[in-house]
Amino acid sequence: MTQTLDFPQGLITSIHGPAFALEGDDIDTDRIIPARFLKCVSFEALGAQAFADDRQELEGRHPFDLPAHQEAKILVVNDNFGCGSSREHAPQALMRWGIRALVGVSFAEIFYGNCLALGIPCAKAAKDEVRALQMAVGKDPAAAWTLNLETLNCSNGEESWPVYLDPGPLEMFRSGRWDATGQLLARDAELRSTMNRLPYINGF
Amino acid sequence: MSSGTLYDKVWDLHCVADLPGGSTQLFIGLHLIHEVTSPQAFTALEDKGLTVRCPERTVATVDHIVPTTNQSRPFTDPLAEEMLSTLERNCNQYGILLNAIGSGRQGIVHVIAPELGLTQPGMTVACGDSHTSTHGAFGAIAFGIGTSQVRDVLASQSLAMNKLKVRRIWVENRLSPGVFAKDLILHVIRSLGVKAGVGHAYEFAGPAIEALSMEERMTLCNMAIEGGARCGYVNPDQTTFDYLEGRPCVPHGEAWQRAIRWWQSLSSDWDACFDDELRFDAAVIAPTVTWGITPGQGIGVDEQVPTPEQLDPADRPIAEEAYRYMDLAPGQAIAGVPVDVCFIGSCTNGRLSDLKAAADVARGRQVASGIKAFVVPGSEQVARAAEAEGLDQVFRDAGFEWREPGCSMCLAMNPDRLEGRQISASSSNRNFKGRQGSASGRTLLMSPAMVAAAAVTGHVSDVRLLDC
Ligand code: SF4
Repeated sequence: MTQTLDFPQGLITSIHGPAFALEGDDIDTDRIIPARFLKCVSFEALGAQAFADDRQELEGRHPFDLPAHQEAKILVVNDNFGCGSSREHAPQALMRWGIRALVGVSFAEIFYGNCLALGIPCAKAAKDEVRALQMAVGKDPAAAWTLNLETLNCSNGEESWPVYLDPGPLEMFRSGRWDATGQLLARDAELRSTMNRLPYINGF
Repeated sequence: MSSGTLYDKVWDLHCVADLPGGSTQLFIGLHLIHEVTSPQAFTALEDKGLTVRCPERTVATVDHIVPTTNQSRPFTDPLAEEMLSTLERNCNQYGILLNAIGSGRQGIVHVIAPELGLTQPGMTVACGDSHTSTHGAFGAIAFGIGTSQVRDVLASQSLAMNKLKVRRIWVENRLSPGVFAKDLILHVIRSLGVKAGVGHAYEFAGPAIEALSMEERMTLCNMAIEGGARCGYVNPDQTTFDYLEGRPCVPHGEAWQRAIRWWQSLSSDWDACFDDELRFDAAVIAPTVTWGITPGQGIGVDEQVPTPEQLDPADRPIAEEAYRYMDLAPGQAIAGVPVDVCFIGSCTNGRLSDLKAAADVARGRQVASGIKAFVVPGSEQVARAAEAEGLDQVFRDAGFEWREPGCSMCLAMNPDRLEGRQISASSSNRNFKGRQGSASGRTLLMSPAMVAAAAVTGHVSDVRLLDC
């Protein structure tokens, strides 16, 4: 299991490591982390609980249980990944399990934003490209892949797939400004003048 | 690009600055917090040496983990107790108002903020809970956020956001008797799919929407998120103002008059531009029930579970998964499917009018044998108002359990849960695999009246065919 020290920080220009596929559209956050694991006041234990129910159902055959996947950093998913509940426990569970980037056809918005706030890029690619990439990563689970945010592709050195990131988040990863808190705090004077012009803050 | 809509106006008013990277810093007028998504945010705040920027614009309640039978402290579940005491400690430390159990104001976050008058037109509202879209019923722009964003709002009373597209969902005519806002939104999601709203705010408008009560508008906006929209709203009107007048946190006297004028000015202009518009006819909508594992897998109660051939090829894999999981066959009628548990409650349908509609069905009838049926009011205020009208007795006489307020079996973080492969008729908002506390448990979403009808007949039943 990954240590806290390895969590994303600073500039994020590429993610390098083994990759694997998790197939299926509409994989919701209740499946990524079932609600009973939300009973916690810290995120620490969540890594081991990612996909707990799906893993139990598959008795060791779930992609998150296969020994060959344990060092993986890149997860290749399909359409509308992370839909449902806004729980940040979902990306936290994936991050603490070891995932540092996702590639997929599309991501649910809140999940996407939560990943951004943790420094985990969610790159998009066309449906057929994602399928092909899933096949390719499946061929050799030990192979190292690079999701490159400068050249915008996902490659194992031999084959390469183009990916897309929305310009705003892309810029935030590459400049290390994906952690929003500092930026928001820097504009307190503007915040105050915004508050001053809002009738409901000032007794109408 | 949209212009002149309520969304555009509220966005512009709350815009603090443009951020590098293209997003906008948006001021948040009301930040609602609860025990599940706030503890880690407070820890992160401490780790960064920060404090709460506007404790007076932050309001807390406890809802997700509270037991609905015995609410005395400490809770039997030590984890639940730890979560609540952490929230109490955080609220104490930062001077945040906590609507505690027994205060008369506790309840599900999306039920209490409107009933206290905290949610008002033209506000931006954020909460670490996806169904924050509920507050859009008042003409507020309300977002569900993750825990890192909860930390950001605590620290800066603002969020980094990207502007959404605005889609108008125009609904003609009126809903028929026995058909509710829940059916309308299940119908919309069924028609458009669970992803259609991605990147959008939904403005609900048209004669059918104007005719809805505030509580129905809340049900509608609550589930906008299940259709993929980031938020949903209804323009404020007289129905909105009538609902708000006299509530504890709204202005009084002259300020009330000024407030109304300001709120009216925020409605979408008659010539506002929307990114697109979709039209529906309320009159053709039947009571709607989900048969599958996403809120988009809904059908009229008089329809059959769709066959793969009837579905768009893209929807077939998830349908195949749903047939297996739900143990329902393509072509099978949904009416008549037996249920085990009936749950009336949640932030979608746990308000007084919801309980009334269900009580109208339950009155003078009996819960079918072998069925567990229970009613969980959305808040202490809802519970006391329902008791004052004798609704608790109507339910008890019919064999329902009457519980204390909380989220309960909407997501089953408290002791209320399905067991094994039990199937529930539920007035909540999500039918995902495992959502109601059992990894193999199954959920059929429907309106509270339809849940009551299922409870008294023992199976999915068209409430219009029972005479009330
Ligand atoms: S009732 Fe359900 S959807 Fe609503 S806030 Fe509670 S858990 Fe979330």
